[in-house]
Amino acid sequence: MAEMNMLQAINSALRIAMEKDPTMLVFGEDVGHFGGVFRATSGLQDTFGRGRCFNTPLTEQGIAGFANGLASNGTTAVAEIQFADYIFPAFDQIVNESAKFRYRSGNEFNVGGLVYRTPYGGGIAGGHYHSQSPEAYFTQTPGLKVVVPRNAHQAKGLLLASIRDKNPVVFFEPKRLYRASVGEVPEGDYELPLGKAEVVKEGKDITLLAWGAQMEIVEKAAEMAEKEGISCEIIDLRTLSPWDVDTVAESVKKTGRLLINHEAPLTGGFAGEIAATIQEECFLYLESPIARVCGLDTPYPLIHEKEYMPDALKTFEAIKASVNF
Amino acid sequence: MSNASTNQETVHKVSFLDRESLHIPILKILQADGTPYEQAVLPQIDEALAQRIYDACVFTRVLDERMLGAQRQGRISFYMTCTGEEAAILGSVAALDEKDVILAQYREHAALRYRGFTTEQFMNQMFSNEKDLGKGRQMPIHYGTAALHYQTISSPLGTQIPQATGVGYSLKMKGERNVAICYFGEGAASEGDFHAGMNMAAVLKSPVIFFCRNNGYAISTPTEEQFAGNGIASRGVGYGMHTIRVDGNDMLAVLAATQQARAYALEHNAPVLIEAMTYRLGAHSTSDDPSGYRSKEEEAKWREHDPVKRFKLWMINKGWLAEANDEALYERYREEVLAAVKVAEKIPAPRIDEIIEDVYDEPTPLLKKQLESLKAHVKKYPQAYPKTAGRL
Repeated sequence: MAEMNMLQAINSALRIAMEKDPTMLVFGEDVGHFGGVFRATSGLQDTFGRGRCFNTPLTEQGIAGFANGLASNGTTAVAEIQFADYIFPAFDQIVNESAKFRYRSGNEFNVGGLVYRTPYGGGIAGGHYHSQSPEAYFTQTPGLKVVVPRNAHQAKGLLLASIRDKNPVVFFEPKRLYRASVGEVPEGDYELPLGKAEVVKEGKDITLLAWGAQMEIVEKAAEMAEKEGISCEIIDLRTLSPWDVDTVAESVKKTGRLLINHEAPLTGGFAGEIAATIQEECFLYLESPIARVCGLDTPYPLIHEKEYMPDALKTFEAIKASVNF
Repeated sequence: MSNASTNQETVHKVSFLDRESLHIPILKILQADGTPYEQAVLPQIDEALAQRIYDACVFTRVLDERMLGAQRQGRISFYMTCTGEEAAILGSVAALDEKDVILAQYREHAALRYRGFTTEQFMNQMFSNEKDLGKGRQMPIHYGTAALHYQTISSPLGTQIPQATGVGYSLKMKGERNVAICYFGEGAASEGDFHAGMNMAAVLKSPVIFFCRNNGYAISTPTEEQFAGNGIASRGVGYGMHTIRVDGNDMLAVLAATQQARAYALEHNAPVLIEAMTYRLGAHSTSDDPSGYRSKEEEAKWREHDPVKRFKLWMINKGWLAEANDEALYERYREEVLAAVKVAEKIPAPRIDEIIEDVYDEPTPLLKKQLESLKAHVKKYPQAYPKTAGRL
């Protein structure tokens, strides 16, 4: 085991995957010699050459279209979209093309072996074009997998699994944790399963559900609640599409309460989907309405970032309201 | 700052460039009567290749005529013809290796036929029956077959252009001596994907033949409302790409250009743009009526440039085709297509279980649950779901 931050863990995953799969290519804006604006691809061009790790012109729709072409011809493609905020020019290539390649052709062609890596989320004074969490747009699209790691260890294991998955994956990396999240990470090859949530901490009064950077927030809120005698079960969803209904439902049947926290705006956010499914699965077990602590329905503000955030304090308040309903 | 690619001579008074500054000649080999121009350099073509091309021409004409009829009778929901553009499509595909990957727009079924797609396979796709390779998931004419290296058609316009750049790059990295060919119309060249794909191919050095069928209309929009530059070819030059403009109704001109484009793409690992000047003799699709936006006279004028007729005259001149045999070929394909229609429309639709297949490599638990609930519902109201209820 080695001490790594999330960027080092991602870099390590890419390096291992490229070593083991000689067809794999890594590309995007500035990812070549410079190693990406966050340096996730540092050193890969030196090791694998300009043919396998390279800069592309500044065109997200081009990167995604190119990636689709590579993967449809059997080449493993890991494309970086520099910020998740800039994924929208590529939206058509991702939701109409990557997601539907297999279905529309009756599996004559597919783009398994395609991952879009993209840094998402706020808390870095990035304003609304460097802070968005657009995961819900992609969870509405059958054919895509949507994955969000919460720390360095997860990032490496989930990324390796995503690269080797037989389906296209949109992999959202919580950029405020890129350097902040440091932990023990195996140096070798390992995978964490996609489509499987992780129970991070067991408890009995309420289930707290989140993913990515918000896991830290709910863990902090849980500590505050524990001091008031409330026992929290904490679940990291990890994969948003397809999501692990069973693990969440099982937990809610035990605790009788569910709180979902995400950074994206409330309306149309993925918490709504989870709430609808869980009330269907657990209706007779619920002791209080399912709570959602989310971003506001505003663009991500710069100066009011702190106010906008579904932070630990807001989550703590919602836990108490749920338990005292 | 380095910008070596735009280093040029300097001038000391203001001097603008206009579209006319870019002199782009058009390659023509065959004259209207089927004899080559005096100076023309012919492509590599022997009798067997000519016969194979001509056979696909006739099949495609017959298919278009019959399926247009079938759509008007309500037997299929939609159709698109390639009538008038056969030389552009067949002249190009005939220059390729069988393993060169085709990324088509939607009007290139002549190329698919040339590669060996059977009459039955065309019908199974158009009638969305259980033998359709695409499992009945897309509108008629959205063909695709891995065996013939013809990627499945996608409806959104221009999406295949950057994908072709990726396919070409993939072929290059695997060390395969093959290219990708990407077809699109001049209308699709207005999409952002066009710029993205062309620029990336030129910069990343991807062996792709970008083949623009400049057929005069994007649905109802004529070229003068689609672009103001010197056609599409001028853009190829702008991207730093080897570029040629050909008479798209001249089978031999298209064949010659594509043979050399392919050799260049492989030798230099670089893209080539071919702009084929042609004319869409039919409607855009069966949902369209061209009499609303162009005159009968205009269409009649273009019928005189019929690419199939010109090629046929050349073959007759060569002694490779006799008029009597030609008529028999049309008749044979008319019968074959009609017979295939009758068979295909009786083949049942794919089973309901197919609805959740291929969303992912394996259906997810939620999908399986949704299918079970759907099947229970269909079982309860079978008369409301006649296509699948009998085969639950």
